[in-house]
Amino acid sequence: MSKTTRVLSIFLVLAAVAWLAPGALSQEPIRIAYIDPLSGPFAATGENGLNQFRYAAAQINRAGGVLGRKLEIAPYDNKVSPQESLIQLKKVTGDGIQFVFQGNSSGVAHAISDAVLKHNQRNPGNRILYLNYSAVDPALTNDKCHYWHFRFDAHADMKMAALTDVIKTNAKIKKIYVIGQDYSFGKAVAEAAVSMLKQKRPDIQVVGNELHPIGKVLDFSPYVQKILASGADAVITGNWGADMVNLAKAANDGGLKVPFYTYYAASDGITAAIGAAGIDRIRLVHETHPGNPTPPKALSEYITGYRKLHPKNDVNQPRINTGLSMLALAIKKAGTTDVDKVASALEGLEFTNLGGDQVVMRREDHQLQMPIYISVHTNKGIVHDLDASGFGLSLEHKIERDKAMLPAVGCKMERPS
Amino acid sequence: MFELVVFSLLNGLVFGLLLFMLSSGLTLIFGMMGVLNFAHAGFYMLGAYLVFTVTQHAGFVPALVVVPVLVGLLGAVVERQGLRRVHRFGHVAELIFTFGVAILVTEIVQFVWGRPAKRVEIPAFLDFPLFQLFNASFPAYKAFMLVVSVGMFVFLFAILTRTRAGLIIQASLTHPGMVAMLGHNVPRVFMVVFGIGCALAGLAGVIAGPVLGTFPGMAQVLGSIVFVVVVIGGLGSLSGALVASILIGVVQTVAVALDVSIGSALAAAGVVLDPTGFLHELTSVTVAQIAPILPYILLVVVLIVRPTGLFGTRET
Repeated sequence: MSKTTRVLSIFLVLAAVAWLAPGALSQEPIRIAYIDPLSGPFAATGENGLNQFRYAAAQINRAGGVLGRKLEIAPYDNKVSPQESLIQLKKVTGDGIQFVFQGNSSGVAHAISDAVLKHNQRNPGNRILYLNYSAVDPALTNDKCHYWHFRFDAHADMKMAALTDVIKTNAKIKKIYVIGQDYSFGKAVAEAAVSMLKQKRPDIQVVGNELHPIGKVLDFSPYVQKILASGADAVITGNWGADMVNLAKAANDGGLKVPFYTYYAASDGITAAIGAAGIDRIRLVHETHPGNPTPPKALSEYITGYRKLHPKNDVNQPRINTGLSMLALAIKKAGTTDVDKVASALEGLEFTNLGGDQVVMRREDHQLQMPIYISVHTNKGIVHDLDASGFGLSLEHKIERDKAMLPAVGCKMERPS
Repeated sequence: MFELVVFSLLNGLVFGLLLFMLSSGLTLIFGMMGVLNFAHAGFYMLGAYLVFTVTQHAGFVPALVVVPVLVGLLGAVVERQGLRRVHRFGHVAELIFTFGVAILVTEIVQFVWGRPAKRVEIPAFLDFPLFQLFNASFPAYKAFMLVVSVGMFVFLFAILTRTRAGLIIQASLTHPGMVAMLGHNVPRVFMVVFGIGCALAGLAGVIAGPVLGTFPGMAQVLGSIVFVVVVIGGLGSLSGALVASILIGVVQTVAVALDVSIGSALAAAGVVLDPTGFLHELTSVTVAQIAPILPYILLVVVLIVRPTGLFGTRET
């Protein structure tokens, strides 16, 4: 090593230390709470969500963090129970965390949303922000909307509007069976399906409208027999987690071969469980490009990186990246983690998501506006499969942002003065 | 409609016999100890998770034999090293002991296998539709479940009533003092019965895992129903457990097919209720919606009308 290179390398090392020292390493991380099921029947869903949050945070941290600080995800297990969630929320505020992400179950979301609103009214100096990445009951941004709640997923009605737009063009479908879990989201899906089908295809008959208890049904074969007996040409379901896996399994076993229009029939073991029997039959309505057949570059890299860390899990909720990145962007824009300023920065914030789509947080009701995709379960032309099964989702329809937009109904938001 | 009835009954029978596999062990153990074994569903869960591991290394058929034996041995150890010592302190101590074991098993299983649901494949040679009726098909695996459960019942019944060992077991359950006087080792009989009961729960886990799913909440979901079966059938009665299992299996599956509510029944009788009335929520609930709680309603009714259960001889 010559003298000049030695001097140069010492200089470089010093420069690197100088660059790192005042930045990300020296300051306290920004802690972000994640309240979702980490035990019980829906633990698989919650755990994969947590991994995706940690991965998204790691990406942001690698790019220098936020305001020179790192993001840190703090998990809280709510067992998908509203009561347990409120206890966990108390812990979150006790731990001094101001940003709360939650997504699984709209029943839980309503409880958290109410509690956050009350907390913020009582503690104006110590407010918290509720960032909902997955609970899609439309009421949360309609009549139950409030200033401290932001939603990063398309709500059930937006998704149903997109689904029924596609069903509208399928002349073969004459009879539809609606089945869902018996709680606010399942009911919202059923109501939207019935009213929108009536509007768009009055000739379609809804031959079944079934609600079953959430997470309690052991064997779905009686339900499958009922669907078979009704003579339905298609099924619409909002089921998720174990309820979706078991419904798909029972449909396969029982020989139910009609198309399924679903909200969550992919990943977390569901894609693998459906397997070959679901090819060109199971369709999914979702919020970001499915990654097939031609994945956008950023999404492709993101998925590849995630699969390297978690070979058995999928990036099944790209909105987690959208939500966390938009929060980071809002904190940067506000220049502080002060909740009032961050909330105001989030309003109207624009962002280009992993799929390359321009999304915007609507000021009026805090519902993220985005294009909606409808994809089909297949093994043809799959670049990024799910459950490492060789099967995945392939793009069929894209409903552009302005077409997917629905008006906010009955949202009267009180803004802090 | 015909195929709906046929398939509902078949599904009910399969589910009912699966319940019986669990409740037979539980009811035998009750007859012996005089207390309910809370850990019973835990052994079912253990069986389902063990089959996941054994299938990966050796395939399903060896698992069908190995896993119940393993679970049964573990059950025998729990009886020998735990319950027998606790027995001296009375029923309450035994009850609390099994309760503790139940929680331990659930937690240890999650510790070893992790929280995400495990996928146990239906073995390839059983993965085909057995027969088709109109457009519905009956999977061969369900027929296999049926055969295994019936075979198990016949085997158990034959042993209990037709062999010397069975006679000694029956006598030990009702007259332990006399049997001991005749020179039999009663504590060992109890250990064997407990082990067999656990092995049956393990077997239920083996054959149910691929259909009902293998996940951390599985013991909890099935456990409460099994208690209902045992109480309705009559504590300690094997034939009662069989009848109650099939009854509950069929009631639950048939109820799902019934879209009848109080409101619609009244409407059929000519009384139309006001849809804005304050009881509308209650009168519009269909039988299908309450199917999963029907066993518990049945439980309450049986306890009020016949506290000994259908075939039991003791008060619960």
